Amino acid sequence: MLSLAAVSAGYGSMRALFDVSLEVPAGEAVGVIGPNGAGKTTLMRVISGLIPLRGGAITLEGRSVGGLAAHRMVEQGIAHVPENRRLFPRLTVEDNLRIGAFIPQARAYFAEQLDRIYALFPRLKERRDQPAGTLSGGEQQMCAIGRALMSRPKLLLMDEPSAGLAPLVVAQVFEFVHRIRAEGLTVLIVEQNVQQVLDVVDRAYLLEVGCIKLSGTAAELKGNDFIRKSYMGL
Amino acid sequence: MDIYLLEAIVNGILLGGVLALLALGLNLIFGVIDVVWIAYADIVMCGMYVVYWLHDFGWPLPLACAATIVALAAFGALIHLLIIEPILGSAPINQLLATGGLLFFLQSFATLLFGTDFLNIGVRLPIIEFGGIYISFARLLAFALALVGAVALYFFLRRTFIGTAIRAIAQDRDIIGLMGVDQRRIYIITSMIGGALAGLAACLLVLQYDVHPFIGNTFGPLIFMICVLGGLGDMIGGFIAAFVISQIISIGGYYSNTELSYVLAFTFFIVLMFVRPRGIFAR
Repeated sequence: MLSLAAVSAGYGSMRALFDVSLEVPAGEAVGVIGPNGAGKTTLMRVISGLIPLRGGAITLEGRSVGGLAAHRMVEQGIAHVPENRRLFPRLTVEDNLRIGAFIPQARAYFAEQLDRIYALFPRLKERRDQPAGTLSGGEQQMCAIGRALMSRPKLLLMDEPSAGLAPLVVAQVFEFVHRIRAEGLTVLIVEQNVQQVLDVVDRAYLLEVGCIKLSGTAAELKGNDFIRKSYMGL
Repeated sequence: MDIYLLEAIVNGILLGGVLALLALGLNLIFGVIDVVWIAYADIVMCGMYVVYWLHDFGWPLPLACAATIVALAAFGALIHLLIIEPILGSAPINQLLATGGLLFFLQSFATLLFGTDFLNIGVRLPIIEFGGIYISFARLLAFALALVGAVALYFFLRRTFIGTAIRAIAQDRDIIGLMGVDQRRIYIITSMIGGALAGLAACLLVLQYDVHPFIGNTFGPLIFMICVLGGLGDMIGGFIAAFVISQIISIGGYYSNTELSYVLAFTFFIVLMFVRPRGIFAR
C-alpha cells in the first residue's frame, strides 16, 4: 500500500534520513524501531507531509504522493497520530474527534464514524464533553488514535504511541493497536519499545542514524542477536 | 436609585455591545493568526464610509449594510493576503509596523478621497422612553445586533467543522495539517470573519456617529485596551471587559464628564496591568 524509495529528508542543513526504502503492504502492521535520534519521527513527518521530501519517492496505492502538503496527505488516506499525542487540550474530546473528520469525504460520515470510535473506545464516550487536556495519558492516546481514525484513513501512522506512559498503560496502548488491526487498517508504527512492538507487527525495520540497517518479519527480528543485545537487553 | 444614574448604566451596557463585537473580531484574529490588526478601528471607519456612500447613492439602509459586511469580509481577506501573509514568519515588531502602516494609509487615503468633513448618514431613529429613562433607538438596535453577531459567531465556532478548526489552530498550529486542515484557508476565513465583524460594527456606528477619516482614533485605543484587559486572544474575557470599560466610561461620565471618564478608564487599565498583567481573567 505504502512504499518509500530512497527517501531523504532533514531540517535546514541537517539531513536526518538517508535513502530510506520501505514497504507497507495492505492489511499489515509494520514497525520501525531504533534508538532516539535515529530519524523515526522524521520518517513519520515526511510521510505525512509535515516536512518536505528532499529526495526519493513516496507512493500510496501506486500513486505518487511525495511532497504533498500535510492536509492533502490526509485526503489521500494517510492519518498520523503524532508523537506525544498533541491533542487540542482546551477542546473537548468530541471536538478533537470532530476536527479529525475535517476533510470533506470524512464529514459526510461523521456521526457514523463517531459511533465506531466510541464503540472502539467506550471511555471516550464517557468523557466526550471533557477538555482533552484533562484526560489521563492512556485516555489521551485513545483520543489521539480516535481523532486520526475519524478521517477514515487507509493507512495509520503511529509515532511512539507508548512514549511517556506508565508501563500498565503501555500494555493497553499495544492492545489498541491490536483492536485497530482487527478493523482491517494498515498500520505503520514507530517505537522504541522494541519487545512490545514486535509482538503486534508483522514486519519491522531497524532505523539507525537515518539509514535502514535491518529488516525482516517480527519473528526474525525477535531472534536476531544484534537486536536482542542492543534493543531488548537480552 | 437616581434615574440619571440608571440611564448612564443602561447606556453603558448599550455602548458595551459594539465594543464587545469589535473586541471579538480583534481577539479572533489575534488568537488564530497571532497578529494584531492595529488598523482594526480604521477598517471600521472604511466600512462606515461604505455604508454612508451606498445609502447616499440611494440604496436602502439594510441593503447598504449587508453589502458593507460582505465588502469588509473581502477587505479582511485582502489585508491578510497582501499584508499579513508575506510577514507571517517575521518578528512581531514587523507585523505591528505593517498593520500600523495600514492604519496611517487608511486614514490618509480616506482624507484624500473624502476630505475631513464630518458626514452624517441622516437616518433619524427615535428616542424611546422606558420607565422614565430615555434610550436612543439607534443604540438599542446597535446593542441588539452586536449581540446577535456575537451569538452567531459563537455558534459558528462551536458547531461547525471550520469553527472547530479555527478554535483548534490557536492551540496547536504545527500539527493542524495532520487533521486535513489547510492552515492558509483557515487564516483567510478568519480574516474574512474579522472583516465582517468590523463591517457589522460600522453599520451600527454610522447610525450614532458622524463619519470622518479619524473616527477610528476615538474608539481604536479603547478596543485594544479592552482586548488586553480581557487577555489578548481570550474572546470571552474581551467580551466581558468591553462591558466593564463601557460602564466605567458611562458612570464616570455621569459623575464627572466624558473626558474625565476616559481618563478614569485608562487609569483603571494601567492599574490593572500592574496587578494582573495577563488580563483580568488570566488562567
